[in-house]
Amino acid sequence: MKNLNLKSLLVRPEVATFIMFVVIMIGFYLANERFLDARNIRIVMGITPEYMIVAIGIAILMISGEFDLSVGSVFALVPMTMVQMVHQGVPPWFAIFLGLMIGVIVGFVNGFITLRFGIPSFIATLGMLYIARSLTTVATAGFPPPFPHILPNELFVYQFELFRASLYWALLVAFVLGIMLHRSNVGNWIYATGGDTNAASSMGIKTNNVKMFCFILCGFLAGFAGMIQTFRLEAPLPSQGYLLELESIAAAVIGGVSLFGGIGTIFGACIGAILIRFLESGIIMARIDAEWFRAGLGSLIIIAVVFNTYISRRATRIGQNKAKD
Amino acid sequence: MEDIIVCKDLNKYYSGVHALKDLSLKIKKDSVVGLIGDNGAGKSTLIKILSGAHQPDSGHIYFEGNKVKFKSTKEAMNLGIETIYQYSALIPEMSIARNIFIGREQTQYNVGNFGLMKTKTMQDDAMKALTDVELHLRSPDTPVNQLSGGERQGVVIARAMYFKSKVLILDEPTNHLSVKETNKVLRFVEGLKSQGVTSIFITHNLSHVYPIADHLCVMARGEKIADMEKKDTTIDHLTDLLVNG
Repeated sequence: MKNLNLKSLLVRPEVATFIMFVVIMIGFYLANERFLDARNIRIVMGITPEYMIVAIGIAILMISGEFDLSVGSVFALVPMTMVQMVHQGVPPWFAIFLGLMIGVIVGFVNGFITLRFGIPSFIATLGMLYIARSLTTVATAGFPPPFPHILPNELFVYQFELFRASLYWALLVAFVLGIMLHRSNVGNWIYATGGDTNAASSMGIKTNNVKMFCFILCGFLAGFAGMIQTFRLEAPLPSQGYLLELESIAAAVIGGVSLFGGIGTIFGACIGAILIRFLESGIIMARIDAEWFRAGLGSLIIIAVVFNTYISRRATRIGQNKAKD
Repeated sequence: MEDIIVCKDLNKYYSGVHALKDLSLKIKKDSVVGLIGDNGAGKSTLIKILSGAHQPDSGHIYFEGNKVKFKSTKEAMNLGIETIYQYSALIPEMSIARNIFIGREQTQYNVGNFGLMKTKTMQDDAMKALTDVELHLRSPDTPVNQLSGGERQGVVIARAMYFKSKVLILDEPTNHLSVKETNKVLRFVEGLKSQGVTSIFITHNLSHVYPIADHLCVMARGEKIADMEKKDTTIDHLTDLLVNG
């Protein structure tokens, strides 16, 4: 029985990712001992939470069976509008609220276009990628505005001894949404919708509502994460979050989220995001040309998916053989 | 015996195609009804209407003597009409327990319709539901894609039983199953009668449904062409109807 439990644990994709994570961490540590210094961990974990939050949103949306390529643009648009609104005299907290609502609205529009017109979310959100990026540049009004210091940025990014406040925000998001996805009935509907939309709707689940919820959540989290980055850098940049959409899909996929929906965990998405950031840092610390980061990331994606596919095929075969006995 | 479902003059058009023509049908309580017909005979249209997935363009449905109008599958399910579709009844990657409770999870700490699932209760009840249909599987956490075809149908039937369905509509439940697995499914369906469940068994394979059916109904080109008790017919007669319409 113990053997059986170990096996069922090993076939979980996020466990494989975690093992990969440990191996890579040890490898880079051997290459350069300072890789795991408090100083380096402080640097890497200072920027990671922003990516974790986006990856969590993407992972939940992908589990429901849809994509969002607009997260990188929303990541820039939301904080840019917040800053510009404060410059126009909007009270800081109200500006934060309105800014986050823009993330919600973009998510809603993504969902509406995808579900109402029955087109692939890949296309709907690809369009939104360009639209939201363009809006950000327009909102920048030519030159990036200064960061208004009346915004309560310390609350989100204060640097503690080792970690920033943003990490605790990311962990809070992961915890709350982890409970939602893995323990609540809503989570069950999300998995069912992504696993087989027809079966889910024949069981009375309103699959379009479920997907819409995931689109909105994803847009909201992308905006929230973008806000944190701007608060950390104390500079709203129109180029912020460039290519983030692919990186967050990469994080989710490395963490065991299926491209076809119905499979994945919050834990996996977080580990995927952390892994990517440490990979980047490790390559620099090992004095490898930083241009190799993308090659490393690419290899990691392919290895992770090939490995997970292999494992899940084996698991299915073992199960079916057992059933025949 | 009383009728549990009565259909009167149902008509359904799909973009100009008359898919169901003045269909009337009476289904007796606690019986197994075999609904047979070739592809395109209108069987699927009829089930979709009975299960609430589609609405008839005209005609009426009576359930336990009351006139009903289903706007969704959920409404039909709430009255106790559960439909098992050919391909999509279970989510392959999800566990048996989670599949049994899709859309009807047992929850606590509820806020409106949302709440945390009582995982332990759901697992225990899932195992009990499986045992009730004589299906003995190792664990309620096994993903459904690790089960054989017959076992999957067993899980679906266990689900319908657990939620006290009165009518179970089975769409081609024996398609793509081996002989052994088919027999398993037929035994499940036969067992339903004694538990007070009426089943409508849709198939184009007469030899599967004939042994367990009490009543047989043949459809062709959207119409009902025969409707009789098993004792009033023979397998040869039915085959002739099926082939020659």
